[in-house]
Amino acid sequence: MEALAPAQTMAVAVENVTRTFAGRRQRVTALEGMSLRAGRGEIVAVVGPSGCGKTTLLELICGLQKPDAGTVETAPAALMPQRDLLLPWRSATDNAALALQLRGVPTEEARAQAKPWLVRFGLDGFEHARPAQLSGGMRQRVSFLRTLLAGKPVLALDEPFAALDALTRQEMQTWLAHVLESEPRTVVLVTHDVEEAVVLADRVVVMSRRPGRTVAEIEVPLPRPRRRTDPAVGELREQALRALGVEE
Amino acid sequence: MLAGRVAGLRYGWRALPVLVVLLGIWELYVDLGGADPLILPPPHAVASALYTDRALLWSNFLVTAQEILIGIAISAVVGLAFSISLHFSPRTLRPAVYPLLVASQAVPIALLAPILVLWLGFGLLSKIVVIAIVCFFSIVVTTLADLGSVDPDLIKLMRTLDATRLQTFRYVEFPSALPGVLTGSKIAVVVAPIAAVLAEQAGSSAGLGYVFTEANNQLLTARMCAAVAILAAFAITLFVLLTLAERLAVPWVRQPPIENAA
Repeated sequence: MEALAPAQTMAVAVENVTRTFAGRRQRVTALEGMSLRAGRGEIVAVVGPSGCGKTTLLELICGLQKPDAGTVETAPAALMPQRDLLLPWRSATDNAALALQLRGVPTEEARAQAKPWLVRFGLDGFEHARPAQLSGGMRQRVSFLRTLLAGKPVLALDEPFAALDALTRQEMQTWLAHVLESEPRTVVLVTHDVEEAVVLADRVVVMSRRPGRTVAEIEVPLPRPRRRTDPAVGELREQALRALGVEE
Repeated sequence: MLAGRVAGLRYGWRALPVLVVLLGIWELYVDLGGADPLILPPPHAVASALYTDRALLWSNFLVTAQEILIGIAISAVVGLAFSISLHFSPRTLRPAVYPLLVASQAVPIALLAPILVLWLGFGLLSKIVVIAIVCFFSIVVTTLADLGSVDPDLIKLMRTLDATRLQTFRYVEFPSALPGVLTGSKIAVVVAPIAAVLAEQAGSSAGLGYVFTEANNQLLTARMCAAVAILAAFAITLFVLLTLAERLAVPWVRQPPIENAA
């Protein structure tokens, strides 16, 4: 897989995908005719109403599901789930190092590799803390680090900050923008926070109600770092909201 | 840190005044002629039996304690291994095995014990097997529940991190199941003394169950009550020790205070 990646210009290519689930009473079509592309190193945000199949889209990209129709071609992708899903018995270091251990790195070496990252992510002093002892923002940072250390070219982020309070969420958005600048990856960021999408992404993909498909694509050509208060950010945000069918 | 974790045990002492009151009522009831002290010995008679028969009680307690500890240890190991293999077995196997497991628990151990003693002999082995059978169920049920309650999203996450099935087990499912083994063992220590006594009554030449039977034949009711008191105290001690072990071994699990856990 990895050997093929340089030949492709696209890191993620979801083409005309349909995905249907057999429910107990009826069949639910989560995605229908959904297409999404992300170039290498591009940050694509996906916004859409609740239940529009955003999580299904990420699971397709991560290879956790197969499409019923259409094609999904992606470089290897690692998922960062909405809930941090840290292992409660592991310290912050060991949770972050998990991805390395799974790739066969010996425990001590994995810890040593994870440690400088924890410091970089503002988690120094919390290396040995268990998840229960960390704040929500810290847990998401550890969770993101675990995803990052999986060493995959594509990061699939599923509403990573949705569970945080508004203030922490803004801090984390600024932090993530900062991290991605120094650690460029192809990112597919699913969110229901339009402002988050505009602040972080190179391109915002707006999805329809279920069955989900792309209804608009909004380029965000703004320089970084971006400010929430920038009128250009506000304008793009309104544009995205209109595409969603939410008038302000 | 440890002091904080153990502090919860302090509340256990609140049972003491209640116990004293109950013993007081019992003492008064017998003293005031409510029951023949030969049939229902008053607490002070039990206490004096505990003292005068201490050598006999102690040596037989050691036999029973050994049976109980080995029996629980075996059922914990076998129960864990059984739960894990059932967890890994095809989905169709579990519904086939589970009802049999429940049925095995419904067979009265009082009926099974004499058969096992005839089969396996009057010695230690038959006692351990009876205790292990009784304890096995609670350990398997709690362990299987913990293995099965692992967040499916966590399993998905492990797959995107390229974890093999074995790695997912080692890093996620096995640590998730450990609290279940301990919870099951806590339930087991409370029923193990019952199984031990039944097995000893079915045929033995030592142990508190044997002392109990012999004392019953001689109408030494105070000695009978003393044997029961020792078994109860032993069960409480094991329960408290396992609660401590839980706090040390699986501190990420929030335990209810001990009075609720019981």
